[in-house]
Amino acid sequence: MGFDQWMLAFHVLSAFSLIAGLVVFWVLIIAGRRIDTPADTLRLGPVARVGTATVTAGMIGTIVFGVYLAFAIDGYAIWDGWIIAAIVLWAIGSAVGRRTGEEYLHAPKKAIELEAAGQTGPNAELLALNRTSRGVLLHSVTSLVALLLLIDMIWKPGA
Amino acid sequence: MSVLAVVRPDSWNFPLYLHVLGAMILVGGLVAGASALAFARGDARMLRLGFWALMLVSFPGWVLMRIGAEWIYSREGWNHVPDNLRPDWLGIGFLIADVGGLVLVITLIIGGIGVRRIQAGKGPGLLKATLVLSLLLLAAYVVAVWAMAGKPG
Repeated sequence: MGFDQWMLAFHVLSAFSLIAGLVVFWVLIIAGRRIDTPADTLRLGPVARVGTATVTAGMIGTIVFGVYLAFAIDGYAIWDGWIIAAIVLWAIGSAVGRRTGEEYLHAPKKAIELEAAGQTGPNAELLALNRTSRGVLLHSVTSLVALLLLIDMIWKPGA
Repeated sequence: MSVLAVVRPDSWNFPLYLHVLGAMILVGGLVAGASALAFARGDARMLRLGFWALMLVSFPGWVLMRIGAEWIYSREGWNHVPDNLRPDWLGIGFLIADVGGLVLVITLIIGGIGVRRIQAGKGPGLLKATLVLSLLLLAAYVVAVWAMAGKPG
């Protein structure tokens, strides 16, 4: 296996890491809709950190290995329409994903406040934060952008 | 043009998309399920979350991946190529997909029994086995993705 094939393998593995992270967050979003206590909210934290790590590794890997491949492989150029489209989608996904993450930080922050205040029982405000419709919307947009990126990578329009 | 830059016929794209998307969902479900099981520390809700992530995300992902695999396999004409001429990456992919599918089903059966035992107030031992199998599957599918993407041999 040549160096460029390794780079392609890492690029694809990064894409898997990215989508796997998005799937992890979907699982957490759905699980969170029934959670109204601080302890249960905070228990999701380590899983969310795994999701964050896989998404981050995926975002960095896809762009770094992708740009390398665009320069290294004969027949591809960084200014090809489908590659520019991929970079634009990557940037949009990155920005919306960051805002999604910020939206879902409100619930654990509230859970920490409630625990500090000695309120360990169910809390309506915490449930509402775990059920944030803005968060669902933002994560839906991020996921849609990721699916469009995958379509772009497979169909390579204009290549 | 480099062989890595070869553009495939349009008719291959949709089956390939289903195959890759299914594989991504499968891996995502395994990461979610394994993480929830790993960090559950005996908490019944997290253990159930881990099991259901495997059941409702990984398994449908595996089915989609496998349907896409069969479709793209026939579209690319590999079913007309003698076994000894098929490349290594194809064999690795099929082997891991099929053995992995069997292990996934076993994992789900063990996990399902484990969840029932948790509901009956018994220990999470079977769900620890589910976690170990999930991590093994995850490692195997990473190798499969590497093989399918890098195409060794």
